[in-house]
Amino acid sequence: MRRWTSPALQGLVLAVAVVLIALLPRFTSEFRLGQFTYVAIYFVALLGLNILTGYNGQISLGHAAFMGIGGYTAAVLILGRKGFELLGQHPSHVIPDHGMRAVFTIPIAGLVAGATGYLFGIPALRLGGHSLALATLAVAVSFPAVAKRFEHLTGGGGGLSLPLPHAPLGWHISTPHWLYYEAWVSAGILFVVAWLLVRGRVGRAWRAIRDGEIAAVSSGVSPAVYKTLAFGISAAYAGVAGALFAIQVSYINPDTFPVTLSILLLASVVIGGLSSLSGVIVGALVLEFLPIYAQAPPLLHLHFAKQAGPVVFGIALMVIVLLMPGGAASLIRRITRPVTGALARKG
Amino acid sequence: MPLPLAFIWSEFAQQVTGGLAAGAIYASLALALVLIYQTTNVVNFAQGEMATFTTYIAWTMMKHGVSYWPAFVLTLLIAFGGGVAVERVLIRPVEHRPEIVIVILTIGMLITINGLTGWIWGAEVKAFDSPFPNRSLVLGNVSISIQDIGTFGVCLGTVAVLWLFFRFTTLGLAMRSVAFNPDASRLMGVRVGWMLALGWGLAAALGSVAGMMAAPTVFLDPDMMLVVLIYAFAAAVLGGIDSPVGAVVGGLLLGVVINLLGSYVSFVGQELRLPTALAVLLLVLVIRPTGLFGRVVVQRV
Amino acid sequence: MSTLLELRGVEARYGPIKALHGVSLTVSEGEIVALLGANGAGKTTTLRAVSGTVRHSGGEVVFAGKQLVSGRPDAVARAGIAHVPEGRGLFAQLSVWENLRMGAYVRGERRTLRQEAPRVCQYFPWLERRRDQQAGTLSGGEQQMLALARALVGRPRLLMLDEPSLGLAPTIVQEIFRIVKQCNADDGLAVLVVEQNANVALDAAARAYVLEVGQVAIEGESAELRRHEGIRKSYLGY
Ligand SMILES: Nc1ncnc2c1ncn2[C@@H]1O[C@H](COP(=O)(O)OP(=O)(O)OP(=O)(O)O)[C@@H](O)[C@H]1O
Ligand SMILES: [Mg+2]
Repeated sequence: MRRWTSPALQGLVLAVAVVLIALLPRFTSEFRLGQFTYVAIYFVALLGLNILTGYNGQISLGHAAFMGIGGYTAAVLILGRKGFELLGQHPSHVIPDHGMRAVFTIPIAGLVAGATGYLFGIPALRLGGHSLALATLAVAVSFPAVAKRFEHLTGGGGGLSLPLPHAPLGWHISTPHWLYYEAWVSAGILFVVAWLLVRGRVGRAWRAIRDGEIAAVSSGVSPAVYKTLAFGISAAYAGVAGALFAIQVSYINPDTFPVTLSILLLASVVIGGLSSLSGVIVGALVLEFLPIYAQAPPLLHLHFAKQAGPVVFGIALMVIVLLMPGGAASLIRRITRPVTGALARKG
Repeated sequence: MPLPLAFIWSEFAQQVTGGLAAGAIYASLALALVLIYQTTNVVNFAQGEMATFTTYIAWTMMKHGVSYWPAFVLTLLIAFGGGVAVERVLIRPVEHRPEIVIVILTIGMLITINGLTGWIWGAEVKAFDSPFPNRSLVLGNVSISIQDIGTFGVCLGTVAVLWLFFRFTTLGLAMRSVAFNPDASRLMGVRVGWMLALGWGLAAALGSVAGMMAAPTVFLDPDMMLVVLIYAFAAAVLGGIDSPVGAVVGGLLLGVVINLLGSYVSFVGQELRLPTALAVLLLVLVIRPTGLFGRVVVQRV
Repeated sequence: MSTLLELRGVEARYGPIKALHGVSLTVSEGEIVALLGANGAGKTTTLRAVSGTVRHSGGEVVFAGKQLVSGRPDAVARAGIAHVPEGRGLFAQLSVWENLRMGAYVRGERRTLRQEAPRVCQYFPWLERRRDQQAGTLSGGEQQMLALARALVGRPRLLMLDEPSLGLAPTIVQEIFRIVKQCNADDGLAVLVVEQNANVALDAAARAYVLEVGQVAIEGESAELRRHEGIRKSYLGY
């Protein structure tokens, strides 16, 4: 795929983005800040999903379930058995006695979800296209039921309330600010990891498999190895996102990660642009803000039902699929090409 | 969680008939999926939402005083027209794109229709009339609900009518020929595009039967068909996604097995029926990716 | 005899590859015409350009005085052209009888089948006995005959056959061409037949065209072509 900018310009855009994200808390309310924390969380989940669907061509309608696994892992580790008992729950014996700092649970949540995803990736090898979409959708639909059933691990239908997190090491910033930085730093690290993965040998193998498994095999790439790897990594990203989510809302229950979220995640990846890392940020913004603005369009004094969100979402998805297969990323590329072209000519 | 009940024959028979009724609903929706898959090679993730939407239309008609069966028939016609329109407008343009693109498009439809349903009719659960009396038929010491018998009869009756249509009418034959070999069908003078649209129309109508039969028991709400869709998918895949017979057998089997597991295996209970179905489905897919009745190799002269 | 089918400078391509570089040929009413040529010369593509399974990118195809729309095989079939493609295009999973029903589809299945099936079954008496057999389970020769029968049931004005002799024993080939000639004599059916087996084709056809790399290289009466040095060497083998 042709890059839409020269590496120098790409670096510039990235630097501007980092500065903007770092400075945003100075200019915005804590409520807004919370919304942008969700953008970071979705960004992480969508990075993972794009690795799987965009770069490796495996569809998943079940990523909310992997987020759920991450979220529950974080919640359980934060609480520990003691915390469970304080909530009046009867914890399972596999849960450690004492709770952990929230930050440290994030990578563990990623590992647990990643391992689960890796394991799921093995039967998924035999599935493709629609049957994989179906199997993952079924996982997403089943997840809440399973979470309810295993109360000793999850607190059952009542859910788990988490203590409000604070910034570590006596850092004097408010909780929303701390959560914002925590989410965006995680997002930044995972973005770099994704970028390195995607442009390296592994990424080439993934794309080769996506573009034709038989050809990939004949050029020495093992689909089984790389497809399960993609599933594992993708689920790990979802797990991190789920942990961040649980920490952000300080509460988790079986319906925190509903099927709808799974479906909207996939829709957002496509709207942002499959196999485009820059499209992922668009996808994350869309996922957070489209439902809000669809319900109450800015500047117009209108207020629609809650369902306006999904309707606009669905229509946007169909329009993208029908008219703009590259998603928002291809639109950005098309708009910026004249600009970068002009710059190049001057230079 | 109750301990396993002592085994009682009448109880068992009731579970089986209840399972058959639920299974008939899965079978109808599964057959709708297979119909579309056979003709357009698309797995329609919006099938359940289309069914829900049309069931709401039936509900509206009945609320305005139309009696059950006329509303039922009108709904079938509306669903048919809607299905045809969807194929023409949305599916046609992506016909030759990769499967993943088409799957995503139908997911877009799923999101949109689900949202529209909630927007138009509200998210609260509604009661939906059943055309069947709320009594039971008592045979010896087994009592079977008339509701179950009626559901089973309507669903399988519709399936039978479809079967006759495909077997004995010109249009049905042409549609089958398109499913098997679209290029050769074109050479026979068949307008393939219209046959595909017709397939979508029939599938939508069949789905609306499933919706109207499910609504009295699961109650009408915008998400009511999501779980049914998963079961229908499972049934279709179990039977082999390209096999109509497989879809029907798969649906009935699934309905009965799920019901029995739910009542006799305490670990499964009510909550874990869906995950159990999923596990079974995954197992079948991994062992036999083409399903129990699926064609292993597509044979073509 | 008036012209039934006329190709004027027809060009066709598969992606970047140009397969036909301006093919011109005619078939008159009630005439059998053969289309010969080496592998890859574009014979199949020529038939496809007529039936519309391949769009022609240049030139025109005129049938019975009307220009045929490119890329609409169903419309071409309804105009009265039956194309038995390479590989026969049978519906393997349907029964013999259902295949015949599909042949009649073009003119309204039921009535056409009632009128035409007895006539066609005179040529292929075994069809009646095998009517419920799955077409995919027929032998190669039977499949070719079923494909021919299916085309005839629709009572076309022009029949296009693509290598009917492929993979069949000489006696079956003789039989097929006998039936084609019979239909031609009985109902004035026009036929455009692509063949590798030039001997048989020239026997049946009044005239023939030889394609070379997507163009008509030689054309003429069959008898004349038999005497043609190049053709004798390349296609007749003596
Ligand atoms: N589907 C296709 N895609 C790409 N190229 C094709 C396709 N079909 C045919 N061709 C090319 O077009 C040219 C003409 O092919 P065509 O099938 O018309 O030849 P033919 O004369 O029928 O040969 P044969 O006697 O082997 O059947 C060949 O070079 C062939 O490779
Ligand atoms: Mg050929």
